[in-house]
Order: sequence, then C-alpha cells, then structure tokens
Amino acid sequence: MASDNANNRWELRLSGTGGQGLMLAGLILAEAAGVVEGRKVVQTQSYGPESTGGAAKSDVIISADEILHTQVARPDILLCLSQEACTKYAKDVRPGGTLVIDPLFVRDIPTEAHGLKVVEVDATRKATELGRRVVANVVALGALVAVTRVVSRQAIEAAVLARAPKGTEDLNRRALQAGYEAIQG
Amino acid sequence: MATAIMHAKDLREKYLVGRNLPTIWCSGCGIGTVISATMRAIERLGLAQQETVFCIGIGCSGYSSRYVNFDATHTLHGRALPVATGMKLANPKLKVIVLTGDGDSMAIGGNHFIHAARRNIDLTTIIFNNGIYGMTGGQYSPATPFGALSTTSPYGMIEGDFDAAKLAIAAGATYVARSSTYHAQQLTDIIAGAITHPGFSVVDALCQCPNHFGRLNKQGTAAAMMRGYRDQCVRVGPTDGTAGEAAGATGESAGATDGGSMPVARVDLDRYEGTGRIPIGLLYKAIRPELTAEYAKVREATEASEA
Amino acid sequence: MTRRLLLGNEAIGEGALAAGVRFFAGYPITPATEIAEFMARRLPAVDGTFIQMEDEIGSMCAVVGASLAGVKAMTASSGPGLSLKQEAIGMAAMQEVPCVVVDVMRVGPSTGMATLPAQQDVMQARWGTHGDRGAIALCPSSVKECFDLAVRAVNLAERFRTPVHLLADAEVGHMREVIDIPERVEIENRRRPTVPAGDPSFQAYAGDADGVPPMADFGAGYLWHAEASTHNARGDLASTDHVAAAALNRRLIDKVNQKAKEITFYSERRLDDAEVVIVSYGVSARGAAEAVEMARAEGIKAGLLTLQTIWPFPAHLIEGLMGEGEAAAKLRPQGGCPKAVLVAELNAGQVVIEVDRAVRGRASVELVGRHDGRILAPADILARIKEVR
Repeated sequence: MASDNANNRWELRLSGTGGQGLMLAGLILAEAAGVVEGRKVVQTQSYGPESTGGAAKSDVIISADEILHTQVARPDILLCLSQEACTKYAKDVRPGGTLVIDPLFVRDIPTEAHGLKVVEVDATRKATELGRRVVANVVALGALVAVTRVVSRQAIEAAVLARAPKGTEDLNRRALQAGYEAIQG
Repeated sequence: MATAIMHAKDLREKYLVGRNLPTIWCSGCGIGTVISATMRAIERLGLAQQETVFCIGIGCSGYSSRYVNFDATHTLHGRALPVATGMKLANPKLKVIVLTGDGDSMAIGGNHFIHAARRNIDLTTIIFNNGIYGMTGGQYSPATPFGALSTTSPYGMIEGDFDAAKLAIAAGATYVARSSTYHAQQLTDIIAGAITHPGFSVVDALCQCPNHFGRLNKQGTAAAMMRGYRDQCVRVGPTDGTAGEAAGATGESAGATDGGSMPVARVDLDRYEGTGRIPIGLLYKAIRPELTAEYAKVREATEASEA
Repeated sequence: MTRRLLLGNEAIGEGALAAGVRFFAGYPITPATEIAEFMARRLPAVDGTFIQMEDEIGSMCAVVGASLAGVKAMTASSGPGLSLKQEAIGMAAMQEVPCVVVDVMRVGPSTGMATLPAQQDVMQARWGTHGDRGAIALCPSSVKECFDLAVRAVNLAERFRTPVHLLADAEVGHMREVIDIPERVEIENRRRPTVPAGDPSFQAYAGDADGVPPMADFGAGYLWHAEASTHNARGDLASTDHVAAAALNRRLIDKVNQKAKEITFYSERRLDDAEVVIVSYGVSARGAAEAVEMARAEGIKAGLLTLQTIWPFPAHLIEGLMGEGEAAAKLRPQGGCPKAVLVAELNAGQVVIEVDRAVRGRASVELVGRHDGRILAPADILARIKEVR
C-alpha cells in the first residue's frame, strides 16, 4: 500500500550499529504513536548475533488504519547512525522521503539518496555534551519528530519518560529538546 | 527406629492393586523385594496414601505402575525425573517417589538424573539396579560391570560402568544410600530415610535379574545371586538413615552442623575402589537449599514487592 | 483494559497467564526465549512456578507432571525443540494431560536460521509424534491473536485433555503491536470427577459423552494411573489387548476431530465474490491481506481466508469456499466457486496439501511459498493472483 502521509500512514526505519539504542528508539516511537496517540502501529527489528556492534535496525509502521503487511520496504523516513546503515538503506527510501543522519558517523550519502530531504543531527556529540552519550538515540528521536511531525511532541515525551530509568527524566527531556533545537539551527 | 512388621497380606491389600496381581516379574526377580521395602517404609512413616505419588520409568521396574495403589504415572523411558520435577513443583505438598532402573536413570535418563540432583529437589529416587536391561531381553546398561556378558556385549562388556552412588553425590544429591535385596531390612530403613530427607534422595537398590543377567553370566539361582550380594556388600555408615558419624569414614565427616553445604554423613567410597566390595548403607547426607523451599521464598519476595 | 505495546511472544505469555497457566518449564531457544523470560518474571507473583529445565525433553515432561498435579502448564520452543519434544507430546496425548506447546517457528531443517521466520512445522505439529491421535494447532497472525489464541489454546487443552500446539512464527513472535489486555478472559477448566475419591465407579480413562474422561488431580485421593502404554478405560495397562487399543486410539482421534467445527477459528476478507481466494495463516496472512487490497484496487476480485485453527484442518471451510456445505452461507453467500485458490505459506507446501485435498479439483490450487527466511511480499502474492485468475 502506498505510503500516504495525507492519510496519516508512515513507515520509518531507524538504523545503525548495535548498542546505539535503536531498538529502544523504535519501541518509544511505537509507544508514542500506538499507546499515547492510539494509532495503529507495527514495530519490528533485526540485528546481528553480536551483543554490541554489528548492524541493527528498528522499523516502525504508523497508520490510522489497520496495518496489514508488517514490514517496511520503502521507508518514508530513514534514520542512520552509522555509515554502513546509510550505504545499505538510503536507496530504499521513497522519493521525497527524509534521511536523518548523524554526521559523526555518516560521511557519504549514496547517490540514490539524491532527491531526499537530508537532515543532519549531531546526535552523538550533543548527547556527549549532555553528559551521557547513551541518550544519542533520544536526541535523534527529538530531531526526527521535529522535522517530520510523525507524532506530537507531547506523545514522544510521554513515551520517552515512560521508558526512562528513574532519575534520568531530566536528562531525557533535555536530550529531546536538544534534538528539536538541532533542526531549527 | 523400631521396625514394625506388617503382615505381607495386609501390605498387599493396602498398597497394591489386587486386580492386577500376580506381577509379571520372573520367578526370583529382585524387583518385588524392593517394592515391598518401599511399601513397608511408607507404612512405617505413616504417609498419607492420597498424597504419596509415584512417577515411574520404563523397564521391568516400570511395571510397578500397574501394581502400586497410589496416584502413579507410567512415564517415558528415562523421563520419570523431569515429570516428577514438574509434579513436585506444582504441588510441593505431594510426596513424590520415582521408581526407575539403572538404564532408565543413568543412560537415557542420565541428563535428567544429574540435574535433578543438582537442583536438590525433594524427590525420592529408587534405582532398581540389576545391571541390565531386562524388559528388552538382556542388553547392557551403564551399570553392567566390565567383562560381564549381555546380549549386546556378547564378548564381554568393554565399557566402564557408573557407580550410581558416586554419580548421585557428584551431581549434588543430598541423601545417597545403597542396599540390596539380600539386606531387605536395611533397604527398608534407607528408603524410609530417603523419603524423610528434605532434598534429592537416591537409593541404589541392588536387585538380582536371574533370568537375563544371572543366566548370561552364570550366576546361578536368584538365591545364589542374593548370597552374592551378601558376600560382596559391606555395611558402612549408620543403618537407620539418621545423621551421625559414618563408620568407615576417614575422619572427614561426622557432626558438621553448620547446615550449609557440609555433609552430615559421608562415607569414603574410594577406599572400596578395586577391592571387589560394595559399600552399602547411608553413604552420604547433606543439608542444602531445597528447590521447592527456595522457590517458595522467591514467590513470597515477589508477592511482597507487588503488594 | 490495559493498552500496551507488546511483543508477540509477550502477548502469548499474557494470554497464558490470563487463562490460568501457573506452571512453565522451558529451555532457551531463539526465537522463543522471551516467553520463558516473561514467565520467569511473572509467575512467582501469581503463585505460579517457573523452571528452566536441562533440556527440551525435560521441559515437556515437567509440563506433563505439573498438569497431572492439577496445574495449567505450558512450554515454549522452536522447531529444533519441538523435534526433541515429540515423544513427550505423545505421552501427553496418550495419558490425556492438558498442556500447551508453543512453537515460534523458524527456518529449518535442523539448526537452520535461528532468527528468521518460517511456517515449516505445521505437519510436524500434526504428525511429529508417532501414533494416531487428534491434534489441535492454532496460528496467530497478529499480536492480538497471540494473546487471544494463547487463551484459546489453554482452554482447549483443558476441554479436550490434550496437548495443544500454538504455532507462532518468528515474525509474529518478534513484532510489536498495541493490544488492549482485558481485565479477565473466559476460562475453561478440565472437568474433574463428579464421584468422590475412593468411589469404585471412577474410571480414569472412561470418556464422557464427548469422549473426554474427567480428570482427577494427583493428590486428590483417586489413586489413578496415568498410563502411556495402551490401556483400558480403567487405566490398566492393556498392551496386547486389541479391543482396548482400537477403542482408545479411536477415542483419542474422535474426541478432537468430531468437534472440529466448534474449534475452527478463522477470519476472512472479501471472500464473497472472489474469483481468486488466498488461504493463509500466521504472518503470511498479513502480506496476503495486503495483496488482496492491492488486487481489489486494480479491480481484481481477490479474497482471503485466514486460518487461526490449522489442526484439525478445517476442511468444512474449504467446502464453504467452494460454495458448498454449511460454511458457504457465511463465506460465499452469493454462492459459486472461485476459479483459483492460492495457499500462501512460508514453506515448500504444507497446508496447501490439505487445501488441495479438500478442494477436490473444483478450483485450481497452488502454493505461494518461500522458505528462505524472508516473509512473502504483497507484490509477489499479487503477481501470482494475476497469474491464476
């Protein structure tokens, strides 16, 4: 079924290396759309056998209507936190789709990605500045939501906080904020 | 402990299923003696018949599933122990007794045997150890001695054999005892001790198979085989299943009371290695955390934290 | 109702707990391990018991033991584990012990592709254990169905006193969707004897009017024998009794198969005037549904029958698809027979064999399949729809 943002249907792929929190990011996005906003979602993921390192991707389908096919073939939005992921998946993005990259890792954008809206988010550096590199995924989510408005800011914040370990709520709020601001800049 | 002598007729009526008698076991088979010792132990302990259940393996001893007047399951070859594990965990109030053979427990069932011992789950496992696979016609088992003949070792057994007691102790069993059909009274005592012991108990019950093992290895009549037990076995340790100084122990046991993992009785089995003598009696007893008791603590802790 | 984003495997766990499962024994295996981990976390607080056994066989046997003690019990594994469990599944079937066996299917044969989906265990669920018996197997195609069919599986096990297979696939087991978990679900419990313990009329294996014997808990005083050898109605071993054997085998088959219509669960999409009908299950039904919508958007009359019950195979639904029999009124109210049937599944052809047999030449029957670890793409299914119409 054709992706149809006018009909409120989105296919997203969050990709990078194992250990970057992409699984969690996909989960949060799915909860924001599905639990907080009450839309239909399907979230899937794949990763290598390594506990860290190795390729990782987390896909989320969001729709107002029943979701039939469960896999993302042509994402509207692609987040890449590694060069390998960008090289591999950029060509799958729909014409006119959005590519969000972390320039710390992604230096080369494949030619097939020309025509996509490319957004650079210094997620890892900003997370490091905030004191915890591990929240890079939340910074990236903030940026992604600011650019695409795939879910509301209230929803993404509620979903992030629901998953944040006790005592890290403030850090996570600031990470989201850093993500929103990274786009405006 | 006083040994009340119950008339065989009364024992039979209470604990055996009359309509399925007589048993199929061969004339001279030792299995019946072990069953009898088990029933006498149950009677002596005054166990509630409704709450004593049997998980039974496959083999000649497996046929006891027809005869025991208790809730009993005749399970798969080698699998009585995991069935018993599930049953005991689901209802720890049940007294679960496992009847198994040497092949059932230590060949196909070997993995389950060592893990049940490791878990120290409160089960009583009685191994009907005749050193042969009788039901299928006399093949060798992991308890068949080196050199012995069987239908699948027609030139003599060339594999080593398990010492069921040593295996059980090494795997973590906390009550390990051995006796024979000749020593029927002792057998009853150690079975009673095994049932009472709060942990994984193993009774290695040497019982003669005159029809297969006996015939193939020219051991003569059942009585001759039992006299063989008399001659080969040497009584060690306390005979009533209680804790205490084990006679024959080389100074390392006796009276340890920290209740942790120190054995409260231990016989040095290695000194019988190569002597041709088989130590019988209570060979090992220790008190270690028992699985169902530990799981009850887990439940309490999680229920408390949920509240 | 609690709204949660859940993994399919977690939804299976939630459904089992809701239906009253209070014993789980399992062994780690991809892609089913989450079910064991879920049960390990959740069972203690509801007075249940979890144990990780030493192997797959031990797990299945422990489940049987727990159920004999009167506790609803479940295990979960994948293809290689199901292969190991077959003898013990037969014991559960023969001794008539209620239990649920979850198989989150992955590509085989043997170790295969541990993390990738397949639907290659359908026949194994039916025939993997030796001997004749009626088998029940349910297949979820969504996270909601993981919950609902887990509940059904537990209830069916209790009702029929038999192991019930829940055949998920790695895709459905590892995807997340939002479901509303109900406060409570309808629960069915095994029928216990109506006569008191010690009553001489009690026969452990005398089937009631539905062919299912009432089941006493071990420890309740009935002193009965669960027997894996062929046995008579009393439960006495009868391993050379031809009459007892015929009766027992017959009852084990009939108690399930004669109730097939009652335990057939399915859903349908646009079947009424469909010229090409897809029959599918599990994750494949999702892609097939998408393909049907794509076809309809192009004016092609396609429809989908999604099976939730695979065994007993719902041949009566296929009759209905052909426009005949009772099911026709629901599936094809306009009547008439489709031109072609496509069976979409992740294997080299398993359910298609049953469908073909049931169709009996009234329509063409073909497989749309793959068994390379990928799921069927809607575009590929659509291409086949166009070929056969």
